[in-house]
This record gives sequence, C-alpha cells and structure tokens, in this order.
Amino acid sequence: MKHLLLAAAALASLTAPAVAETIAITGGKLVVGDGSAPMDGGTVIVRDGTIVAAGKGVAVPAGARTIDATGKWVTPGVFAGFSRLGLSEVDAVNGTNDKGGGRSGFSAAIDVAPAIDPFRSPIAVNRSAGVTRAVVAPEGGDRIFAGQGAIADLGADTDPVTRARAFQFVEFGEAGAEASGGSRSGNHLHFRAMLREAQDHAAGADAFDDDLLKKEDARVLQAVLRGEQRLLIHVEGANDILRLLELKREFPAIKMVFVGASEGWRVASQLAQAGVPVIASALNDLPATFEMLGATQSNIGRMKDAGVKVAIGMINDRDSHQLRYTTQYAGNLVSLQRVPRASGLTWDEAFAAISSAPAEILGLGDRLGSLKAGRAGDVVVWDGDPLELTSAPTHVLIDGIEQPLGNRQDRLRDRYRTPQEGALPKAYEH
Amino acid sequence: MLTRSRYTLLAAPLALIACSNTTEAPKSASAAAPAEKPAKFNKDPYPSTYKPYPGMATAIRNVTIFDGEGGRIDNGVVFFAGDKIQSIGGPDTPIPADIAVFDGAGKYVTPGIIDIHSHLGDYPTPSVAAHDDGNEATAPTTPEVWAEHSVWPQDPGFSRALANGGVTSLQVLPGSANLMGGRSVVLKNVYARTVQGMKFPGAPYGLKMACGENPKRVYGAKGRMPSTRMGNLAVNRQTWIKAQEYKKKRDSGKDFTRDIGMETLAGVLDGDIKIQNHCYRADEMAIVLDMAKEFGYKVSTFHHAVEAYKIGDLLKENEVCSAVWADWWGFKMEAYDAIPENAGILQNAGACVIIHSDDENQIQRLNQEAAKALANGRRMGFQISDATAISWLTYNPAKALGIDKMTGSLKPGKMADLVLWNGNPLSVYSRPDKVWVDGALLFDASDAKRRPVSDFELGQPGEGDVK
Repeated sequence: MKHLLLAAAALASLTAPAVAETIAITGGKLVVGDGSAPMDGGTVIVRDGTIVAAGKGVAVPAGARTIDATGKWVTPGVFAGFSRLGLSEVDAVNGTNDKGGGRSGFSAAIDVAPAIDPFRSPIAVNRSAGVTRAVVAPEGGDRIFAGQGAIADLGADTDPVTRARAFQFVEFGEAGAEASGGSRSGNHLHFRAMLREAQDHAAGADAFDDDLLKKEDARVLQAVLRGEQRLLIHVEGANDILRLLELKREFPAIKMVFVGASEGWRVASQLAQAGVPVIASALNDLPATFEMLGATQSNIGRMKDAGVKVAIGMINDRDSHQLRYTTQYAGNLVSLQRVPRASGLTWDEAFAAISSAPAEILGLGDRLGSLKAGRAGDVVVWDGDPLELTSAPTHVLIDGIEQPLGNRQDRLRDRYRTPQEGALPKAYEH
Repeated sequence: MLTRSRYTLLAAPLALIACSNTTEAPKSASAAAPAEKPAKFNKDPYPSTYKPYPGMATAIRNVTIFDGEGGRIDNGVVFFAGDKIQSIGGPDTPIPADIAVFDGAGKYVTPGIIDIHSHLGDYPTPSVAAHDDGNEATAPTTPEVWAEHSVWPQDPGFSRALANGGVTSLQVLPGSANLMGGRSVVLKNVYARTVQGMKFPGAPYGLKMACGENPKRVYGAKGRMPSTRMGNLAVNRQTWIKAQEYKKKRDSGKDFTRDIGMETLAGVLDGDIKIQNHCYRADEMAIVLDMAKEFGYKVSTFHHAVEAYKIGDLLKENEVCSAVWADWWGFKMEAYDAIPENAGILQNAGACVIIHSDDENQIQRLNQEAAKALANGRRMGFQISDATAISWLTYNPAKALGIDKMTGSLKPGKMADLVLWNGNPLSVYSRPDKVWVDGALLFDASDAKRRPVSDFELGQPGEGDVK
C-alpha cells in the first residue's frame, strides 16, 4: 500500500507539479557555484521558483517552508555541460532513439526540443543524482550541421525545455570530415559553402541555390551567422582547433564554443587569446583516435590555468543516460591536484565547472547555474560532499519546486531486495 | 569519444576481417605416424616467458591495509622481498634492517587490482579499424581462436590502467559476437616485446561464451543461425555434443585428428578451462546454468550480469561469480533492468561479486566503480565493509580466474602485486601513489621514469605526459 501511494504521488507530480512556494534551506554547507569557497551555515531562500537570497546571515521569511540542511551540503543543481538527455530511452532500440536527425534530409534546421521527452527514465534517474539542467544536442549524422540543441531541465513535469534552439551543433575534426565525404578539406569547404548558401538565402530567394541546404536549413543558419545563436563545435585535435580559430577570424560574428577539445591544452594560449570557451571532456587520456594523441586528464586544468573559460561536458560518452557521472568526473579533476606534474582543479573550480561555467558559456549565467539572487531555484541538498562517490541528494529543487527522487531503478531495487521468491511471484510485489 | 564499447553495444561495429581457414584443423605432429597411442600434442605451445622484474626488499609501515580477502589492518605493516609478500600484520610486525621502508601515514595498501573483463590489446587505442582484433565474427562458434594471438602489447591502455587504476593483472577476452568467442588470456600488466612476455605464468585459460542479443543479432543479420535466443541455445548444445564426442575419441587411446576448437571445448569438459560467460538477463543465466549441467561443465563467472540481483540465490547455490558494472544501463534492451544496487544485493545474498570494466576508460577507475556500488548497497541498509568492496576487485576476480593461490590478496608467499594509494581507494580523491608487480616498482607517481611509454607513444604529442 505504501508503494502504491508513492507511485501515485510520483504520477501526480508528473501531471500536476506543485505550485512554487517560498522555501528556506538552512544550516547547510553552502556552495554558490561561482568558484567561491563553500561557507558553513548558509541559507538559501527560494520564492516563486527563483532564488531571492543565498549566503550567511540571510533571514528566513515568515511563512517559508524550511528544509533543515544541517550537516549537509547545499549547492546549485548540477548543470550537465553536454548531453543527449531525453532523446533516448534504450539506445539500441531505434524507436526510442531520437539522438540524430535520422533520414529527414534536414540538417541545421533540426530542432531537438520536441523530441526531449520528460517521461523517459534517464530524466528521473539523473534528476535523483542531482542533475537539474542539461545542454541537449542532436547527434551529427551524415551532415556536419547536426541541428539546434536546447537547454533542458530535469523537472518532473510536462515541459522539459528551458530554452529551445539555444545553439547550433556542428562536427569538425574526424567526425566532420567523415560527414563531408571523408576529408577535412571537404569539411571546411562544406562549412563555408553552407554558410554562403545561408547568406544567399538571406539576400533573397532568387539568389539561393540549394546545393547543400534545404531552404529551412538556410533560414536557420542565418541566426548563427549573425551571432544570435551560439555555434557549438565538436573538435578534438590541436590542429583542428587552430584552423577553427582562423575560421573565427573569417566569420567574426559567429559565437563559437568548442566541445570535446581533448587536445585543447596544446593550444591553450591561443584559445584564451581568441576568447573561445570550451565544454571539455574531463577524463579522456587515451589516444582513442589520431586527433586525440595528446589526450590527458590534465587538459581542463591546463586550459583553465591558461585563462580559457572551461566547463565539463560529456560528448559521445553515455551522454543520453549517465549524466550522473558529471560529479564523479569533477571529483577526479580535484584528485589530480595531488598527482605530481598533473594539472587539476580546486574543489571550488571543479564545482563551478559543472554549475555556473556551462550556464555562462551558453549565455545563461544570469539565469542559471549558481545560487545567487535572480537565478532559477535549482538547488540540491546532499548528504555529503557532492563530488564524493558516496554522496547522494536528499532534496532536489528545480525552478523552486521540490522534485520526487524516485525512479524505475528504485522500483526494481525494492522488488529484488531479497532475491528469493515469496508467497506470491515477484510480479505481485509492487 | 570516451566510450568505445564495440563488444557491448548493439550498434557496435564488428571486426569482419576474416582469418583464412581458421576452422581447418592442423594435423598434429604425430598424426601421420602409425601409432596405437593417443596423439601427443603440446597443450601450451605459446608459453609464458614472463619473468618478474627486479625489485628490492621493501616495507610499508603505518599504513591502512585492505588485504583483499575482506580483512583490514589499521596502522599496519606489509613487507615484501624477492617478488613475494613476506609478512603482513600490525605495527609490531618485524621489518628487517637495511631495506627500503615507506611511511604510509594517511595512505592505504591494497592488492593489485584485477580486471576480469578487458579487451586491452585486442581493441587497443587508437581505435582504428586496423586494430579491430577482438571479434572473429565469421562463425557463431569460434572456440579455436585465442585472444592472445590478437593482443598488441604496445596498447597505450595498459599504462593508463596501471598508473590511474593500479591494475596489475587482467583477463583479455575475445568479444561477444560469438556464442563461443575463443580462449581468453590472463596477463600481468607489464609491457613486453611479446605477448608471451606478459602472460600470467600458470593462469588457466578461459573460454569466452556469450548469450543474448549479440550472437543472434550478428548471425541473424547474415541470414544464418542463430537469429533468436532459442537458436543460440540450439547451436551451443549441438556444439557441446560434438565436444563430448571429441573428448571421448581423444580419451579412447586411439589415433584421432586434432581440432583446435574442440581441444578448447574438451578442456572445458576436463575442468581445465574456465567458462567466462557474457550474459545479461536473469532468465538466460538460469538456462545457461542448466546447459552447463546438461553437458557437465561449470560456469566460472557471468560477465555483465546486469540482472544478477534478481537471482542472487541461484547464483550463490551454483557458486557462480557475477562480474558487473556499478551502474551501466539502458544502452540495449537486455541492459534495461540494470540497477546500481546490483552488487550490493548480490553481496547481501551471499553470492560472489566482481566489479569489471569491459572498457579502456573505466579500467582506470575500478576502485571508484566499486565505491559507487558499495555506497548504493549501504544506502539500502546492507552492512558491507570497505574491505569487502576491495575484494570485489582483487580476491574474487583472482578466484574466478583460478589464480587466487598466486595473487589477489596480501598473504605471505603470494606474488607481491600491490598498490599504495594516496588516500582511501574508495574515495574519488585518491590515486595510486606506487604500484608493484611481483615486487618490482613499475609505477611511481613522483618519478617520471617509473611511468611506461609504449612504442606507439614515442615521438607523439604528449609522450611521457602524466596522462
């Protein structure tokens, strides 16, 4: 009966989310998420979905519901810097997998927003691990422009999209070359030619030649050309990064963000000088491809030291299901500080790399990613250090609404706590 | 690009480069001679040439020790010399004079980590098609292939597993495209010019088997049997019947023609070769256990075993280990019911638990995978000690590989395979400080010269980098 009630509660929260209220989270070790040090005994006030105050000595408003976080940690929700969350239930079951644009024939115009499904189980599983926002990108297929990605929230409600069409995603390097007929020169030519077609389309329908782009793709790419829509570029190798920095000079209005960047450390000073932010893979340290020969776990630390704006993101790394690895990856970068000759991050920097940094890189730092007045009320209370393997959330708030922490995996766990059969088959235990 | 699970995922590309005539049995040297006696052949034609590297008598004192068999010693001492553990105990354990002594204050010692499921060498990095040597995906059963004949000893992955993961031994398996994928090989995690120079001396061979989606997909796509799970079983059972006939012929004392695939299967029926069975679903594991009974062999370990938690009682009763991930899930249908409490529930049920990687990245963090599995088990209310979680990475895989008399725990007389961690190995903030293999110091975080650089990495960007 208890299980029934819980299940009903979970369903109810999906169909009719609780209205936002005023919540005070008191007494915890407070992490703002901007790279500053945690403070003991901090208070966070969330009202109508938004953070109104966070810090020490913050008064609790009358009538606020209080969550006592004494002995716990209080942080912004984890912001997954790159993912395919909500686009796949079972990767290898085609009907559930919407990560790519398929055989639609479109490229840049693809928009993942309607495919992000809040009822898919990876949303609930990762929410219960403290992930509250995610960059969601389409997978590139046989075209370099994969389409428009979104910023999603992991709330248990019917609207998972925080910002649709937040960026365009494009493949460079080996994957881009493969999508361009098998060579990097083809990749660069495709990039220029597609942008030129988009420009022609803007100049008037008569000038448009749909060699490479459908009209819809051309229309969408104009936002990239004007710098209104960020361009997230998957690139790994040092040479490819340098050549992209040259392209940036050619198209100065385009707001480039590099994703992956396993060899970013080799060209860190150039990246810093160009002011291109990076959403980097945290732990790549194998020469998985020839464009990753220099891969090292010190990559992010070295780029950070050189002045590059860096966030942690997972690309092609179980990126539809395992966003819960984000905190573990950040913790590993902290551990590098104790390895001679390695470059890691301080704890404060590491947490910023999974909260405020991705928000800022996506241009949403004033709304998301940190516990500051005016930001969305994404707050997680943890039973310990959030980067440590043993810790788990006790409370998750998204837009100021306390979230259910159960998921399908928990139900299986409870059913099979004792593997032996009981008086009735397991199918009756629910 | 972090994930490259060609052998696990349904969408995985498979190596299709066929070897020529691998199924044609070569004649044994004595087969042509008229003889009444059974044909004699060399059961170990590619023997280990591994020799321990030189070490020095060493003691670590004032250190927290997890002995690998579930024991913990605070403020302990471990002393090793001549490639063997000499003594282990509390602070009063005597240490000879004139030997190297490390103060382990704040640090931890464990046995060397053992990964029972790796494809390093067979799917090395860089992961280019020319390196796809893990699946002989040209026939549903290929017990005739041996993983060691694919291992590239220069795979840069070996060094990362050593330096970041403290891995001192690993089983390299052929992939899971086939019902019977071939023989595994157990390696010491040392660089050598030849694979024989890495082979764990005296380790039994394993036979990789696979149930479930992979074989039926690969061969169904070729329009041949098996294309279903019932087809999987049928092909397996027919093959075991042939193996029984072959074994009978071999044991009859009469002359017979060698068949290297059948030699492997007969080796399983003899009890000399251990079954390492890729299998996800609980119902399929139960069927495989019955098949093993039908033909008189034993399954050592179910690998991946994401639904093992549903049948902990059955696995315990049959004394089968489950080698599991901490939390992989959802990449294919048979991984849909994976839960992060799998290991904890199995441990609580009294079944044998192993944490494995099947991955060139997670092999570098098996300690962290065990920590996650432990934390999830404890959150359910199960009392599981840190020391028990370490046994999931040391003694239990050693037992399942048949090398537990030699390694896997810190007992006097065993190989001096051990890791000194700079903190509790179950914390995300800890890393290997030093790693010894047979008493030889092969990794030292503070010594750039004690960090292997494979041939492939010489002259490349990042050569000798801390990685």
